Amino acid sequence: MGHELIGRLLGWASVQAEGGFWMPVQGSTGAVVVDRIFSLVLWVSVFFFVLIVSLMVFFVVRYRRRDARDEATPSPRHNTLLEVTWTAIPIVIVIVIFVWGFTAFLNLNVPPANSYEVLVTGQKWKWLFTYPSGHVDEDLHVSVNTPVSLVMTSEDVIHGFYVPAFRLKRDVVPGRYVKLWFRAVKPGEYQIYCTQYCGTGHSDMWAKVVVHEPGGFERWLEEASNFLKTMSPAQAGERLVRTRGCAQCHTVNGTAGTGPTFLSLFGHQVALEGGRTAPADEDYVRESIMEPQAKIVAGFQPVMPTFKGRLTDQEVTAIIEYLKTLK
Amino acid sequence: MANIDTTTDAGGRGAGQNALGGDNYLTHGRGLKSWLFTLDHKRIGLMYLVVILSSFLLGGIFAMLIRTKLLSPGNSALMDANTYNQMFTLHGAVMIFLFIIPGIPAALGNFVLPLLLGAKDVAFPRINLLSFYLWVTGALIALGSIVTGAVDTGWTFYTPYSTTTNTNVIAMVAGVFVLGFSSIFTGLNFVVSIHKLRPQGMTWFRMPLFLWGIYGTAILQIMATPVLGITLLLLIAERALGIGIFDPALGGDPILFQHFFWFYSHPAVYIMILPAMGIISELVSVFSRKHIFGYTFIAYSSIAIAVLSFLVWGHHMFVSGQSLLAGMIFSFLTFMVAIPSAVKVFNWLATMYKGSIWLATPMLYVLSFLFLFGIGGLTGLFLGALAVNVHLHDTYFVVAHFHYVMFGGTVIAFLGGLHYWWPKMFGRMYNELWGRVGALLVFVGFNTTFFTQFVMGSQGAPRRSYHYVSQFQPYHVLSTIGAYTLAIGLVIVAVNLAHSLFRGRPAPANPWGGATLEWQTSSPPPHDNFPTTPVAGDPYDVEAWTYDGRIGGFVKKAPAGQPAAS
Ligand code: HEC
Ligand SMILES: [Cu+2]
Ligand SMILES: [Cu+2]
Repeated sequence: MGHELIGRLLGWASVQAEGGFWMPVQGSTGAVVVDRIFSLVLWVSVFFFVLIVSLMVFFVVRYRRRDARDEATPSPRHNTLLEVTWTAIPIVIVIVIFVWGFTAFLNLNVPPANSYEVLVTGQKWKWLFTYPSGHVDEDLHVSVNTPVSLVMTSEDVIHGFYVPAFRLKRDVVPGRYVKLWFRAVKPGEYQIYCTQYCGTGHSDMWAKVVVHEPGGFERWLEEASNFLKTMSPAQAGERLVRTRGCAQCHTVNGTAGTGPTFLSLFGHQVALEGGRTAPADEDYVRESIMEPQAKIVAGFQPVMPTFKGRLTDQEVTAIIEYLKTLK
Repeated sequence: MANIDTTTDAGGRGAGQNALGGDNYLTHGRGLKSWLFTLDHKRIGLMYLVVILSSFLLGGIFAMLIRTKLLSPGNSALMDANTYNQMFTLHGAVMIFLFIIPGIPAALGNFVLPLLLGAKDVAFPRINLLSFYLWVTGALIALGSIVTGAVDTGWTFYTPYSTTTNTNVIAMVAGVFVLGFSSIFTGLNFVVSIHKLRPQGMTWFRMPLFLWGIYGTAILQIMATPVLGITLLLLIAERALGIGIFDPALGGDPILFQHFFWFYSHPAVYIMILPAMGIISELVSVFSRKHIFGYTFIAYSSIAIAVLSFLVWGHHMFVSGQSLLAGMIFSFLTFMVAIPSAVKVFNWLATMYKGSIWLATPMLYVLSFLFLFGIGGLTGLFLGALAVNVHLHDTYFVVAHFHYVMFGGTVIAFLGGLHYWWPKMFGRMYNELWGRVGALLVFVGFNTTFFTQFVMGSQGAPRRSYHYVSQFQPYHVLSTIGAYTLAIGLVIVAVNLAHSLFRGRPAPANPWGGATLEWQTSSPPPHDNFPTTPVAGDPYDVEAWTYDGRIGGFVKKAPAGQPAAS
């Protein structure tokens, strides 16, 4: 039974174990490497920690002062050999950790030449994934065992793209493109977070990596890319509002969020900053989306990002059709 | 000397004496004005202590509110997401800028430094008072932002979020700017004091190690804080005038802000930890009744750490998009700066070897420090290793790591130092039993709160999150229970210390057996610190003192052949 306990403790502390005490499941090839380094550092730390604490406890017990007049037993005030030794050993250990950590990091940053490229855009408070076909989705779909490289940028402030199961993270900075890659090893769904604090909805900036079986990804992409053709315009518009991040700021139930609600917007007069009003017709909505700073709705901050170049004419039309249905 | 009765002391001076009944710095002048305009470093130190502990309380209240919200993963009636974001920003800003950075140097350092030097005061008493009022001004401006639009940027003020949010970033940043000057002046004062006021017999390598710690800190305060000041001014200019230095839309670079910010804020970590290490060096020697082991190494390492700490700021930015080469260099140097800290731990342990270890409250804090700082330091190895850092960055693992270093290191040492010098400050002993209970609860509560966060973090929980996936709820609940325990521990500490001010047994001059100069004047010290200018000997010659049961404290041993007396 003593054995069993030790075995279980080791099991907990072991990070190789899938979904163990320390680490989440290993969803990518990179995760395996990171976990090995993590294990090494863990055991080095456990060793030194146990050493320090047991010496400390031993000294306290052994040399405990029993009478206020007790004196210490004379011992040297320094010992060069000892001091050099206990400096040199940690130096060697940390150099090993450093080299391993760095080489693995290099590998993580240099995508293989044949990788499948997906464009990742961070915006308050939603991730958007653009596939080579031009399709934009709110989740990241990939194929198992295929190297995927992510080209990432932000529309507004800095966000952090993080997939714990892949041990993958990178800040996504406005005005820059950064590259990252991974190779998923198991079909399934994995959590994506935003790790760089970005305001009110920071902790809602969740998405999923959907890893498909071989062949499944291509089928999914084919279907998803054609939704404008297969759905009615209003349905497609509803989908766009949901998946392109509009819903992060605009509700359809009448309550104001960061932006005004879409309910009963179309066809009504809108009060603007500065006292003017404007009728909410097709042109107004199109302008609000493409040049959001041109007219600011009274009582709101000018924080809406522009969607110029990110929504096609056809898509804007679909959104307008959808807004018309929200009476 | 032999017949001193500490309870009815009549204000005599010298070893073994309590001066509560007679003239001491607390009674030297009366009335509010004698405090507000005092130039006495001891009184300024006490005023700092009061405002700094108040800030600690305020930051702690924010922490408790945050932890209470996190009991559940979803929306909470206690606060909405925006309020939560303001809470963690205020918690961080108050704890870092108002509490930990000034904590040890300005409060304990001010009180003890001239005493350790056998001097009457710091080199520039007026500047010292000015620092204090700058602190108060800065704190008021910064806290004023709570009323005018509490900041929600995180204490790191990253652009472009901080330049676009509609909270009152300018007030907070202006407050921190003023606080910076308080810090610079304190550092300046201490550097000059240490250079110029050392007494006869105190060469550089006969200085108490706390002075080395403060000296390293002071250098950092003088050299790093101006960079923070400039950065904050640029941030204000960016917000108010849109100069565009950090704004990519105007050709600026938001990452530049991070470089500037961490160029100060990494050394600031050592502003916080170096004096703490100094305190530990004093305490471990006194309570083991042994000369400190490897003095020279500890002294040099304080300076080595201070210098190296300027070269590792980029380790906060491994995933920010800095170049691979920069990442490599910063990772390497980060590992190197860890070495002197690790070796200090071995030195402290070696000091305990064959000692006569007295488990009084301050020593319990030393043991607690070794345990917690050990974990804090070792978990730094995970974060220094580039590939592992990618996984752990901006998760609760980092939150746990820096709390182990900042609380487990600095705050624990601060509490140890406070209990150690308390009898000297107020001339009263606190209740030893409650002192130990407090130390123990703080230790248990702290570990429960933050060890849990290591696990949660490596499991992938992002920090600064109002909502979280329900998988992490058990960790959060445990962590919150730990936080409440920690709070109870701290309340016990506070009540025990406060109680001693009224009911505590009068303290002898040297209750612990320290060999540094502050123990060679009465408790509390007279206005001028020492009746006659003392001559410094080896600060770790603790064996020259012996316990005298009649006064409940230590007295200098008679040189061989003479009867015991001072
Ligand atoms: C970061 C938050 C945010 C996002 C994301 C966002 N908006 Fe906005 N939006 C606003 C705000 C704030 C306003 C009001 C201020 C203004 O007029 O610019 C606004 C105004 C509008 C208006 C005018 C509303 C009115 O009542 O007159 C329309 C139409 C609009 N947005 C459509 C969209 C669409 C479509 C999307 C997605 C493609 C979107 N917005 C994404 C914040 C956002
Ligand atoms: Cu975010
Ligand atoms: Cu740092």
